[in-house]
Amino acid sequence: MNLTQFLIITAQAGMLVNMMLIAAAYMVLAERKVSAWIQNRLGPNRVGWWGMLQSFADVFKLYLKEDIVPAAADYKFHALAPVISIAVAITVYAVIPWSGPLIEIDGVQYGLAMAPDMNVALLTILAMTSVGVYGVALAGWSSNSKYSLMGGLRSAAQMISYELSMGLSIIGVVLICGSLNLVEIIQYQTANGWNVFYQPLAFVIFFVTALAETNRAPFDLPEAEPELVGGYHTEYSGMKFGLLYLAEYGNMLASSAIMATLFLGGWDPVPFIDEAALLGLDPYSLPMVLIQHGVFVGKAATLVFVFIWIRWSLPRFRYDQLMNLGWKILLPLSLANITITGIVLLLLN
Amino acid sequence: MLHTYVPFMVMILIGIIFGASNILLAEFLGPKKSTRAKLSTYESGMEPVKSARERFSVKFYLVAMMFILFDIEIIFMYPWAVQFKELGMYGFTAMILFMILLFSGYIYVIKKGALRWD
Repeated sequence: MNLTQFLIITAQAGMLVNMMLIAAAYMVLAERKVSAWIQNRLGPNRVGWWGMLQSFADVFKLYLKEDIVPAAADYKFHALAPVISIAVAITVYAVIPWSGPLIEIDGVQYGLAMAPDMNVALLTILAMTSVGVYGVALAGWSSNSKYSLMGGLRSAAQMISYELSMGLSIIGVVLICGSLNLVEIIQYQTANGWNVFYQPLAFVIFFVTALAETNRAPFDLPEAEPELVGGYHTEYSGMKFGLLYLAEYGNMLASSAIMATLFLGGWDPVPFIDEAALLGLDPYSLPMVLIQHGVFVGKAATLVFVFIWIRWSLPRFRYDQLMNLGWKILLPLSLANITITGIVLLLLN
Repeated sequence: MLHTYVPFMVMILIGIIFGASNILLAEFLGPKKSTRAKLSTYESGMEPVKSARERFSVKFYLVAMMFILFDIEIIFMYPWAVQFKELGMYGFTAMILFMILLFSGYIYVIKKGALRWD
């Protein structure tokens, strides 16, 4: 690894962080607009055309707000928790294959994906979601408030419970594709059709667990307003609250992108059709890669919309229902899914 | 081989720097007028009663312990799944035996009522 490569990697990282910030800003706006439509309101429409600048105004306001740390809180861990949350959310972006190779410098190809040759990309994603639990649990514990502690505990228990089913549902995909490398999984789907057709059950399980992992409704028990005020961010204000909030939206986009990669063919526009031959383009040429990048972002954005749609349509689970669903329904279902996939694959070979 | 992980390391560093710098910047820009009431812990407008770090339900410990047990077993399945087509029938039988063991432990946990939340 020489200096040029290192500089390019740093530039890619900067681009991805900026992409995440802008995407999160517009996801917050989309959330407010969609909820307004569902509830027959107008939503933000004063700052910029159609409320386009609302999120940026909110960010500036957050910067200028007083950062209140309760006297009873543990100051160091109170500040550390949002840093862990945001660092984990940002790190996952490094392994997601946002696009194919776009430019070539010194014989090495670069795209928007930072680590396309990483063989253990899938395991890394699971590892990072585990580390994300620390941020939430620390935020709840360090605030030394009853609501925060309950929210943090609930959230940690919920995230680790659903991570089991998430990990098991991915194994079905790995069985079919025979790789943990996300780019290879996409290439397999481009050649053989999307995984959602072969693994519909795994897709449903992954979707439900993704909702629970990102603490979204109907699994938003950690911040159930009527009982816990704000859950683990009750005692957070100013930019620390902003970072926790940003991490939440960053995780939502990341899990949508991972879902698109694993089950919806990644950057493949239409299943079972060779688009490059149809359009008369080289599959690795620049226009084709750009089309694929647009398709990938479109898929992720559609899934984000479904996340928002679900949040404003479904009521919240009770905590025992949530735990029963995770441990007694999703876990055996995903084990059964692996067994059936294994048998079918053996019979086909 | 190791150089494929460098982008990942860079991203972790950038994430930490991003988080820390934003908190420092906000601390620098925001006002600082603290009063005793403002610094008290939020408890729906009441005077906070005792510390929050009291005993809480043992169920949370149980869930965490079971997560560690099951998660380690799930991690075992990843290398098997990658090599599934090469291992063939032998690998599949071995994994089915492993999954039966895992599942009997799971049934024991359920029968003991470790997952009953009420």
